[in-house]
Amino acid sequence: MAEPRRRQILDVLIGGERSVNELVELLGLAQPQVSKHLRVLRDVGLVEVREEGRQRLYRLNGQALKPVHDWVRKYERTWSERFDQLDAVLEELKSEEE
Amino acid sequence: MVATARGGGSAIVTLPADEQILITREFDAPRHLVYRAWTTPDLVRRWWAGKRGTMTGVEIDLRVGGRWRYVMTVNDGAELVFHGEFRDIVPDERIVTTEMLQMPGAPDSDEGAPVNTITFTEHDGRTTLTLLTQCENKELRDMILASGMEVGMQEQMDLLEELAISLR
Repeated sequence: MAEPRRRQILDVLIGGERSVNELVELLGLAQPQVSKHLRVLRDVGLVEVREEGRQRLYRLNGQALKPVHDWVRKYERTWSERFDQLDAVLEELKSEEE
Repeated sequence: MVATARGGGSAIVTLPADEQILITREFDAPRHLVYRAWTTPDLVRRWWAGKRGTMTGVEIDLRVGGRWRYVMTVNDGAELVFHGEFRDIVPDERIVTTEMLQMPGAPDSDEGAPVNTITFTEHDGRTTLTLLTQCENKELRDMILASGMEVGMQEQMDLLEELAISLR
């Protein structure tokens, strides 16, 4: 995901489903450019598309992005466990001071 | 991309930039005690391993340019060594240090190592602790997140592979 425009598209799609026109407007890019990036994102499975009337709506593929979210949650759990133990140490230090 | 989660007394992890991880947690204690628990070897021993193992060695040379070294024996018996060098110290307020996981074959220099900035802020007898990890690039940041700094090499490699695929 070295291309920063593609990251921007993903950031916009975090907020919900968008049509190509909406993405063009929000990102201030030319339509062929946006379409090209969307094609790449679809090819690697990060973005999904569905038809609605004449529009094609793009959204994030939650499964593909799951690893990053899993890592953040796991990292959080590790630190929460550490801090819970630290709480116990602090309780003891507090009572020593009193 | 920013991800957050909050629970009663749990740590909050966010990703403020591509090369950063930010951990925030509030403690029901004045900051000089949180600082003491963070910087005193006998106290670090009691909390740093969390539920994942036991601390079998904690050395802290608390001065700018001084080094620290933590040895954790994880529940599967493997030994993990974390170490770093203090870059800045303001007692009870702020610690800046590098942090590396010692790995066979990996260079032992602090060059390119992630830099942790830990701040302690007190209000009404409570302390907000922030730990900002600044990495050289997103790849290193994601590797730290993916590994949780504490899993075996194989799992780490699997996660890296997943990561490589997701970023393709």
